[in-house]
Amino acid sequence: MSAGQVSADRGSAHASATRAYRLSVAARVLLAAGGGYAIAALASALLPLILPVTRAEAVSAAMITSFAIMAAAVIWVFAARTVGRAALVLGLVAALLTVALWLAGAVQAGASA
Amino acid sequence: MSRPRSFRQSMAWLHTWSGLVVGWVLFAIFVTGTASYYRTEISHWMRPELSETAADPVAAATRAGTFLQKTMPDAAAWSIRLPSAESPAVTVYWWRSFAGPFHHALLDPATGERASVRDTHGGNFLYRFHYELNLPPIWGRWIVSACAMNLLIALISGIVTHRRIFADFFTFRRARSAQRGWLDAHNVMGVLALPFHLMIVYTGLVTLSSMLMPWAVKTAYHGDILRYYADAGILVAGRPPVGRPGQALPLGEIVSRAVAVMGETPELMVVSHPGDAAATATVYFEEPPGLAHLHPQIAYDAATGAELGRVGEAGAATRTGAVMVGLHEAHFAAAPLRLLFFLCGLMGAAAVATGLVLWTVARVPKKGAPEGLGLRFVRILNLGTIAGLPAGLAAYFLANRLLPAGLDARADREVGAFFAVWMLAALASALYPRPLAWPIALAVPGFAFLAIPGVDALTVGEFRFIGFDIAMALLGLLLLLAARLAGRRVLARNPAQSRLHGTAEA
Repeated sequence: MSAGQVSADRGSAHASATRAYRLSVAARVLLAAGGGYAIAALASALLPLILPVTRAEAVSAAMITSFAIMAAAVIWVFAARTVGRAALVLGLVAALLTVALWLAGAVQAGASA
Repeated sequence: MSRPRSFRQSMAWLHTWSGLVVGWVLFAIFVTGTASYYRTEISHWMRPELSETAADPVAAATRAGTFLQKTMPDAAAWSIRLPSAESPAVTVYWWRSFAGPFHHALLDPATGERASVRDTHGGNFLYRFHYELNLPPIWGRWIVSACAMNLLIALISGIVTHRRIFADFFTFRRARSAQRGWLDAHNVMGVLALPFHLMIVYTGLVTLSSMLMPWAVKTAYHGDILRYYADAGILVAGRPPVGRPGQALPLGEIVSRAVAVMGETPELMVVSHPGDAAATATVYFEEPPGLAHLHPQIAYDAATGAELGRVGEAGAATRTGAVMVGLHEAHFAAAPLRLLFFLCGLMGAAAVATGLVLWTVARVPKKGAPEGLGLRFVRILNLGTIAGLPAGLAAYFLANRLLPAGLDARADREVGAFFAVWMLAALASALYPRPLAWPIALAVPGFAFLAIPGVDALTVGEFRFIGFDIAMALLGLLLLLAARLAGRRVLARNPAQSRLHGTAEA
């Protein structure tokens, strides 16, 4: 709620500060929606390839946990001290997941071939 | 938000805004979804011509097969919901492609022809609205899912914000200040049913997970979702058509075989590729006692009646997902538990509504200061949604009783009445004089709901609908009570203007 008051501060000499604030909020919203979904999607794509259960069970597990993963990523984006920090961590996690997915995918393709 | 702030402050901000931006859609989802717990009862009430005597499912299946053979012999599939004690008519769907369109008819089980019943979408309209918003399905589902994810975030951040969760259970400071009163009401509605809210939003996302998160099926099954369903024990495996014409058995014969094997009548039968030599008739039985939404299924060769296969045993993760879907739908719940789910759903709607009102109450300008554009926008949307949607609902039920039975596109006109009255009520509520806006806006749907039992008695007047009519009257009284409370705040405020600031402005 305090942030609502902050944004209501317009008219004062802080026009540019308000603008920067709004941009940072917009950036967080975009990062939370796009980045949060990307992390959840990557994780749910990876899980069936690495979980030590049957293929169908792993898919079920990946599908039902994916929303918790997305929620956690979104909370992180809004809890982080700065947008840059939020983006950095999300980017790192996404990169790790992508590498793992590539490795797991490669391993699986080799094994099943 | 760029300045350093504590985790709790960030979460308080997140709770406020993630709740606000989707609050109006969430309110509509909660209301129509909660009504869907009584979808069957609503459909019964809206089709009073249907009798409640259970028909013979074997003969009904054969007759439905004859009807579908006449209607679309080369369909991709037919689906037949067999008559039961709860729904005595036979509901059939048929489609040429999985992309739709899905045709639909209600058959009289005794004749196998279209039942002579008023044209209505019944409770199904409210059910589908709660996850498709009457939009093209894909759009509606994605929008509803985005709102659900927002609600999940709002719940998590709300829990973090709300440190004193148990102490506040017993706190209701209505007299202290308007804002405290609304905040406490919001907390009570949110916290009391918190397990339900968390459950319903998460399980709701899970019900749509194959559309929202197809990536696991993409990597593990190359996108072949039917194969995943068969492997996981969710659906019985199908088989492709062979392209030669075949002669199917009467469908009642398949039902008899299924009854003989399982000792109970199936709920549903799906015939894939009817007319093909490899036509498959799959029967679905009611979920066994328990929470999981897993229907036992047997697939039969439609031509020979030979059993082709049964659904496999679901593993732990699949079963967990099925329990989530089961919890969301609450088919397992007997009457008392279903009522509890219904009340929890109402509390969810109330939590959203009080949260939306709280946003405006907390931002009422100081005396004499002009009301900002944003505040006015939120206030008008609040009135139009919280008081407008119930008016639309009442209109939907009233239209069912008042529109002539032979009207063209009657079912769509009932839906039209729902939206038209909702919009009218919303527009009108924006024009009411400020201090009286909430009392009037809430009284309108209150009286409309109270009118439903009377209109029903005059037009249909059957004793078996007394339960539904009483429920409508109770809803009407509840809305009038809310109107009265909102009105009393206006009265209480006038003598002591300075004490309470901005209740009625909500």
